[in-house]
Amino acid sequence: MNSLFFWLRRVGFLIWKEALTILKDPANRVILFAPALMQALLFGYAANYDVNNVDYAVLDQNHAHSSSQLLTHLDGTGVFHRIATLNSSAEIPDIISDGKALLVITFPPDFERRLSSGESAPLQVILDGRNSSTAGAAANYISAVVADFNQQQAGAAPAISLETQAWYNPNLESRWSMMPTLIAALSMMQTLLLSALSVAREREQGTFDQLLVTPFTPMQILIGKAVPPVLIGLIQSTIILLIIYFWFKVPMNGSVALLYTGLLFFNIAAVGLGLSLSAISTNMQQAMLYTFLLIMPLTLLSGLLTPVQTMPKVLNILTYANPLRFAIDLVRRVYLEGAQFSDIAFNFIPLLIMAIITLPLAAWLFRNRLY
Amino acid sequence: MTSTSFIRRLISLIRKETRQLLRDKSNLAVGLLLPMVLILLFGYGLSFDLSNARIAVVVDQYSPQASSVLSGLSGSRYTSVTGYATMDEAEQALRHNETDAILHIPSDFAKKVAAGNAQILLILNGASTSVASSVKSYVTGAIATASAIEADRQGRNGVGAGVTIEQRMWFNESGNSTWFLVPGLIVLILTLIGAFLTALLIVRERERGTLESLFVTPVRPLELVLAKLVPYMILGFIDLVICLIAAHWLFEVPIRGSLLSIMASSLLYLLVSLALGLTISGYAESQFQASQIALIASFMPAMMLSGFVFDTRNLPMVIQVISQILPATHFMSLIKSLFLDGGSTKLLLKECAIMLLYAVVLINAARLSLRKRLK
Amino acid sequence: MSDDARDVVVANNLVMTFPGMTPKSPEIKAIDGLSLRIKAGKMTAFVGPDGAGKTTFQRLVTGLYLPTSGSLTVLGIDVTRNPQAVQNQISYMPQRFGLYEDLSIQENLDLYADLHGVPQEERQKRFQRLLAITDLASFTNRPAGKLSGGMKQKLGLACTLVRSPELLLLDEPSVGVDPLSRRDLWEIIGQLVKEEQLSVIVNTAYMDEAEQCSHVFILHQGKILDQGSPADLKSKADGLTWVVRKPPAMKTRVLQAKLLEQRQYITDAVPYGDWVRFICCQQKDIDKLRPSLDQYELHSRQPELEDAFMLLLHAAQGYDDQEITDFKQITMPTQQGSATDQDKPVIVVRDLVRRFGNFTAVDKTSFAVERGEIFGLLGPNGAGKTTTFRMLCGLLPASSGFLEVAGMNLRTARAQARAKIGYVSQKFALYGTLTVEENLTFFGGAYGLSGAHLKSRIKMMQEQFSLSGSARSEELPNGFKQRLSIAAALLHAPEIVFLDEPTSGLDPLARRMFWYTIGKLADQGVTMVITTHFMEEAEYCDRIVIQDAGKILALGTPDEVRRQAGMGENADMNRAFIAIVENARHATHSAKEGSSS
Repeated sequence: MNSLFFWLRRVGFLIWKEALTILKDPANRVILFAPALMQALLFGYAANYDVNNVDYAVLDQNHAHSSSQLLTHLDGTGVFHRIATLNSSAEIPDIISDGKALLVITFPPDFERRLSSGESAPLQVILDGRNSSTAGAAANYISAVVADFNQQQAGAAPAISLETQAWYNPNLESRWSMMPTLIAALSMMQTLLLSALSVAREREQGTFDQLLVTPFTPMQILIGKAVPPVLIGLIQSTIILLIIYFWFKVPMNGSVALLYTGLLFFNIAAVGLGLSLSAISTNMQQAMLYTFLLIMPLTLLSGLLTPVQTMPKVLNILTYANPLRFAIDLVRRVYLEGAQFSDIAFNFIPLLIMAIITLPLAAWLFRNRLY
Repeated sequence: MTSTSFIRRLISLIRKETRQLLRDKSNLAVGLLLPMVLILLFGYGLSFDLSNARIAVVVDQYSPQASSVLSGLSGSRYTSVTGYATMDEAEQALRHNETDAILHIPSDFAKKVAAGNAQILLILNGASTSVASSVKSYVTGAIATASAIEADRQGRNGVGAGVTIEQRMWFNESGNSTWFLVPGLIVLILTLIGAFLTALLIVRERERGTLESLFVTPVRPLELVLAKLVPYMILGFIDLVICLIAAHWLFEVPIRGSLLSIMASSLLYLLVSLALGLTISGYAESQFQASQIALIASFMPAMMLSGFVFDTRNLPMVIQVISQILPATHFMSLIKSLFLDGGSTKLLLKECAIMLLYAVVLINAARLSLRKRLK
Repeated sequence: MSDDARDVVVANNLVMTFPGMTPKSPEIKAIDGLSLRIKAGKMTAFVGPDGAGKTTFQRLVTGLYLPTSGSLTVLGIDVTRNPQAVQNQISYMPQRFGLYEDLSIQENLDLYADLHGVPQEERQKRFQRLLAITDLASFTNRPAGKLSGGMKQKLGLACTLVRSPELLLLDEPSVGVDPLSRRDLWEIIGQLVKEEQLSVIVNTAYMDEAEQCSHVFILHQGKILDQGSPADLKSKADGLTWVVRKPPAMKTRVLQAKLLEQRQYITDAVPYGDWVRFICCQQKDIDKLRPSLDQYELHSRQPELEDAFMLLLHAAQGYDDQEITDFKQITMPTQQGSATDQDKPVIVVRDLVRRFGNFTAVDKTSFAVERGEIFGLLGPNGAGKTTTFRMLCGLLPASSGFLEVAGMNLRTARAQARAKIGYVSQKFALYGTLTVEENLTFFGGAYGLSGAHLKSRIKMMQEQFSLSGSARSEELPNGFKQRLSIAAALLHAPEIVFLDEPTSGLDPLARRMFWYTIGKLADQGVTMVITTHFMEEAEYCDRIVIQDAGKILALGTPDEVRRQAGMGENADMNRAFIAIVENARHATHSAKEGSSS
């Protein structure tokens, strides 16, 4: 009991020293905490697949009542903004390729005639496909408006209509599903780098030998080196969490305790990875580059930008080695879906395995560096 | 005389930087391996196009009408349909992430269809909106078809009638997300090379004391900056060529603009990005700071704010302004345009002028950080 | 020709201040109203305690610092206005020369030759000569990062000397360089001065180096304390320098300590074989001392530059007696273990071998160190001292052989075993961004100290080594960094302390203090293992071992080693060392030739 106390007290000195070397410099404090705040705000606005602001142009070759009626419908959505009325189809290429309008709607000369005669009246929509997701979303939106318009014209509902409900996110705002993932993703980058630099910096500055001749066991050094980055990661996550909740007002359905437990495990796994990288690096440049080499695939294969489901089989299997994938799933489900521990227990297993492999590996590498 | 000694010193410094670049394998790993990994990931791994939406179907009472709706869904190669006996079970599945959506066909469906006012309930999981939106559009399409068939069978009017949409996607006829991701990938890769590889170059020399020795030689600060740019320009050029080859042959993305303007503008952007890395390196107090700043200033903004995946047109004004400050945004719009629509000369000149301005400002900033004074 | 033209450096009322550690603390005046002229074609030395402003002055001359006020003309150019014009014509070797560790020796040399615009034809000859003198010729392809500390220093000097500049500035060029190479380096510099009328400004902690210069400035707190030719300065100690012989039963350092207790009469005392050299404060003091010294053999001796330096410095700063007296109060805990343990050697090394690939760094080395002994490990750069050291401390596994420290092999022993040792590495290896107090607290905590005990130990160390707690460690002058490292290693009262070149870069005054401390600790039963390049410091050791090419060449007391070198008891250790190493090298060389023919 007493020896455990002494053991822990020594670790305490190490944690204190680690925290001091990282946080003593005011510039470092800014670098570690301000970006989390800024990025959460910026990306909260930027990470948005929703189309809510579409500039379009019209080429009306018919100039009839129905065409202007349809346009009124479109403008009434608040999403579509008519920025130009064209006089000939020759003007279309310019306005699209300059990116001034996302789409151009063309009413053919016989639009009104066909419509009133009960024939199908084709409406030509030309979209700027350079960003296919925006274009696709806008196209879907127009379809919906046109279907609505048709229904009104026909005065009857279609035989089968679809009523849609979205759980956890009634308006299907992409921000709601993007933002909670940032809680894990943004903090991971900095903590991974922080832990990757920690041993490499001591090696480069020659202080690591001094540390190794002290009575610290590798386990103590490991804990001392892991705790500050894990805590810093959790603080960053908290900053992001607060912004999501209070600034962007994304409702939180799950338990805070469960969320933090998940983040804690995730941070430990990430720091273990970082410390292993650090222990194989001879200098800070290497540690930094190896970290970057790792961060990219980790981020891209996490489901942050594109769903894991859409990935091909091989990559999908690879994502099982990615702590961020599980953290993102975990955070999103706890935050939005209010998932219970039993619902997300599966996510803890890979995180735990990752920590169990990387942490002892790092501790071993402290003394037995691979040359 | 001065210019020949300038050249001689420059060549010597370039040789030194090149050797340092080549000696550390981590440089090559990030400089060459990472771009290839990213190319493969983007080409094969990342897609917004959901190909396998899992839909749980609960049919309270089977009827020919219900079956026709279902066959429309299961016939699609984008969806896989699983039947559930009760709504409770299906909702359980949705909660456990075993399905992406629930389609509920009520017991009076057949009767209502006959009456022309049938309703089907679709429950989506809003936690992942990109999956939810895809599912929604697949189901909407399938239902509309079923509805039309039903209306046709009943002989009701209005199927062929009304406004139909004749949609044409310019520059990206099939609406393929790879086409817009791959040109963006070039931006991402050139940003990374710049920020990551050069971010420590100056601050490392300062920390190790090599700058003090270099300063007291005839070397000029500009020579140091140029020498640090050249080897990385070459490395970046190799990456650019790899990207273009992959874009053309692997992903078959059209290259509609002139290859020359793509190369030239890419190299200009590479220069901006390298100079940005050097500037960070020149002003950071330690390698620790430099690497953190490089990470924060390069990768995430280039991915999130430049219009790479998230369309800048959807952003609030303030964020749009911030995004316009990033050199990556300018190159992003240019390179996408050059690839997919050939790019107008006006756009080319405008964006290149902006990037040139950045390059000059940043190189000068890096040069000033190397003024021969110790702190 | 005006006067200025023959002066390479003219400073007028030069002031350089740095902001304090915190915004509130006062500015630090590193250079305080300095006015001086330095003659062309001569060697000029700057000596002075750590923090006297020597490095700052060189950085001002090179244009790396902009002076706060005053004027500074270098080679007739106002360096504050046009630093580049000065930098084009000078060569400068900073204290920590910036070698590119990932580049080879040849590539480093080429780079600096290119930057200085040395023509190809001239270059080859020069490189050959520099490489030969620095002993680096046989591994020009080795990356600079793989060289030992002393070899790096030599390569740094070689890179600085790729051309003959108008003015050569050297900031402690021979720190960490072994006596052989130091002699060679000074030969190159001397030759350059003679052949090319080179002007040299050198900062040094070695008084024998300053003695080779034609003019010496003694700097103190940013001001000139005194200046003149070495002979002028030496004459200030005329009639004050004496030497006394120890009785056979007494240790030299005990006699030294006795002398130093008489602070009012004696400025300085250092051991020298069986003798102790000392300096009186005033001529008449020797008469007051005679009664207490009459049982010993006493002679007067020729003053040396170091004597003058010590005298001037003591006069300037007033000797802090507190340091010495306080030190006696340090009590090391009584050693654990049985009486038989006390007699066993604390370090046993048998047939120790360490190979790096094909290269054998340490070759079948055997020795034992007794408890309470000061054991010196001497040898040229790259002899395998640091490798031996790192194996003893458990930082490096041995390739083969037996190794025991305090009864254990530290590499495989549990962490508690490491609690018995203290380690001071060659390079400053504490946390630079932490303050003195924070570093001490951390290392104290690492060794299991805490609470009031830790606080009192830290306070004691700070007082003993005159360390102020709030200073950032990386901003301390070299000598204070070294003191801090030693303080950190002693905090937990270790049984054995390993010190790898602890006195490199320390001024003579600080070295005295250091050795005094070491002696006291040894008397209390602490075992000391020390490497050093100051051969006169070998005199403080109980026994020394001389290593070269991984092998032991000599082992014994300083006098025994002197005898082995075939020299009398008055020979200085520097010459004895050089003789032993050169004889051994000559023998292996001829053996090789013999076997090949």
